[in-house]
Amino acid sequence: MTEALERAVVPPVSDADPFAHEVLLDPEPLHQALREAGPVVYLSRYDVHALARYEQVHAALVDWQRFESGSGVGLANFRHEKPWRPPSLLLEADPPRHDAPRRILREILAPPALRRLRASWAAVAEELVDQVLAEGTEFDAFTALAEAFPLRAFPDAVGLGPDGRENLLPYGNMAFNAFGPRNDLVAADAHRTAELSAWVNAQCRREALSEDGFGAQIWAAADRGDLTYEQAPLVVRSLLTAGVDTTVHGLAACLYAFATHPGEWQRLRDRPELARAAFDEAVRWQSPVQTFFRTATTDVTIAGTIVPKDTKILMFLGAANRDPDRWHDPDRFDLTRDPSGHVGFGMGLHQCVGQHVARLEAEALLTALADRIERIELAGTPHRHPNNTLRSWASLPLRVQPTA
Amino acid sequence: MPGNAATLTVSVKEDVAEGVVSLTLARPDGARLPDWTPGSHIDLVLPEGTTRQYSLCGDRWDAHTYRIAVLREPAGRGGSAYVHDRLRPGDRVGVGGPRNHFPLVPSEKYLFIAGGIGITPLLPMVRQAELLGADWQLLYGGRTRASMAFREELTEAYGERVHVVPQDELGLLDLATWLGTPRPDTKVYCCGPAPLLAAVEAACAAWPPYALRVERFTSAAQTAPVRDTPFEVELRRTGRTVTVTPEVSVLDAVRRAGADVLSSCEQGTCGTCLTPVLEGQPDHRDSVLADHERAANDCMFLCVSRSCGDRLVLDL
Repeated sequence: MTEALERAVVPPVSDADPFAHEVLLDPEPLHQALREAGPVVYLSRYDVHALARYEQVHAALVDWQRFESGSGVGLANFRHEKPWRPPSLLLEADPPRHDAPRRILREILAPPALRRLRASWAAVAEELVDQVLAEGTEFDAFTALAEAFPLRAFPDAVGLGPDGRENLLPYGNMAFNAFGPRNDLVAADAHRTAELSAWVNAQCRREALSEDGFGAQIWAAADRGDLTYEQAPLVVRSLLTAGVDTTVHGLAACLYAFATHPGEWQRLRDRPELARAAFDEAVRWQSPVQTFFRTATTDVTIAGTIVPKDTKILMFLGAANRDPDRWHDPDRFDLTRDPSGHVGFGMGLHQCVGQHVARLEAEALLTALADRIERIELAGTPHRHPNNTLRSWASLPLRVQPTA
Repeated sequence: MPGNAATLTVSVKEDVAEGVVSLTLARPDGARLPDWTPGSHIDLVLPEGTTRQYSLCGDRWDAHTYRIAVLREPAGRGGSAYVHDRLRPGDRVGVGGPRNHFPLVPSEKYLFIAGGIGITPLLPMVRQAELLGADWQLLYGGRTRASMAFREELTEAYGERVHVVPQDELGLLDLATWLGTPRPDTKVYCCGPAPLLAAVEAACAAWPPYALRVERFTSAAQTAPVRDTPFEVELRRTGRTVTVTPEVSVLDAVRRAGADVLSSCEQGTCGTCLTPVLEGQPDHRDSVLADHERAANDCMFLCVSRSCGDRLVLDL
């Protein structure tokens, strides 16, 4: 220990605020500065250590033994601060309590289990794209496509009733803001917290869910004793919290990427089977989920810096996904790149359990678009929507030329 | 040995009871191993080509080693004899999985019943039950005290929760007393020889559905031996055929042939590189597919799985 202390590296200090509006709207300059500053940077404003290089972010993500999630994956340390809602049984849990909920969701959302959705989601996507194109060739692709498609496909797959689905996006926005500091973004949501939480919790009840969706399968797992009846609604809640906004902003990232890279759109049109990889490349390039925190379970040495036990570590997924030590020409959206290994879905034990659902949604929408649209370009200035965790959008005006 | 990620080194081999050795396995480069949960097993691919399944009985908080315990089975087909007589520290073995058919589900109380080497999957379970603060008991039967692996460490760590029943001293497990009255708040986990499983199943007939969970040792019905020779993979859509040699993963081989395959964990756990199989029989080594999905032979994870036969045709 003494020897380790003598050798300990004092990390560079930054007083930057990763959660300031201007940074949330344009995070790349801070990401670059943090990556260049060192493998570990101390953020004095929040008293946390931060990781922005791929190597360290990847290593921390997979090392659940030393970087726990149960104390919260936001800035708040649940050991000392009360969570704003009962913690997630997946995102905010560690083994062994994490095991059963994770196993159930992994099985329900595994690629073989999703095959039955492929044809119906392709049809939903084709119908939506036809509707949008029938109304004109200039539209806000954020609302018309990126929001509209997951909101048609996913809640049906979960088995939600028809009423109140407009609450899903505000709830997700609130939940992802809550991982950051208690800033103005969190304050702006405060007046709706009780109402939105009550609505979401009501949808997680067995009676509120159809008999054939993911939600019913979660409750069936409780019937088999694979989950407890207390756990089942919280596992459904995880689907509703993590499954909508993330996909919406991932799809928006994809559409933005193609609108600004016409050559890549042509490439996708030539080879529509690239749709899945294109989505992952967009997730790498934009990182819809920008950041997550972990808590050190012991004094952890990262590249010589000692991160003390019980302190928070901020992992910049977006910065890791553009680390030039890992990615060639990282700022370029490039369908000839193999995006495998990006950390946009996280990595390891907590890696996004819904990633295959998101890819299937993206594949359906992109395939329908590539079949029907010759060219795609910006029709105005896109606007971001600041969120403490999500790289999110407010509008994405596009002009398209349908195929002849 | 097939595939880089799946080749492990025997770092420690030790006797843990009469007729039982434990192996500690680690990656040659010392990197992390795929995560696992109590009840998981791995496929152990021995250098002479046979494959056997063994429960992981080590500590999942140690991400760098797996531990298994192997009973010498004189009536077996040679896998356990090879481990006992020929395998040495430093040797390389192939590993598939981990997979878990015997997961520990949430419960306030557990009754664990082990027969002989069936203690292995239960060992990490009792640690986990303890961590969870559950009320649990372990009923552990074996031929003789000396044949019962991990007996001492269990009684030292957990005292009266552990009930050791050597058959030559105390007879068979008294299942009628332990299981006679169904208890809705208790899950029963049993692993051991077929007669014990049958007796426990009979004794639990009046218990609520899903209360009893068993792991069957199927040493009689093992998977086909793993190829140690190259095989061909045809990429039907691309129109190319690539030869996959033992030291290369199918994923790497098809990428070198120009196929675009998205992957993520490259350990057979995340599920990203699932690829349709048009012809041939995959040798599944992932942690994801259920048995019926494996048997369908219509898809595989290219990062860890391989081929049983000379040729696979993929929809790539």
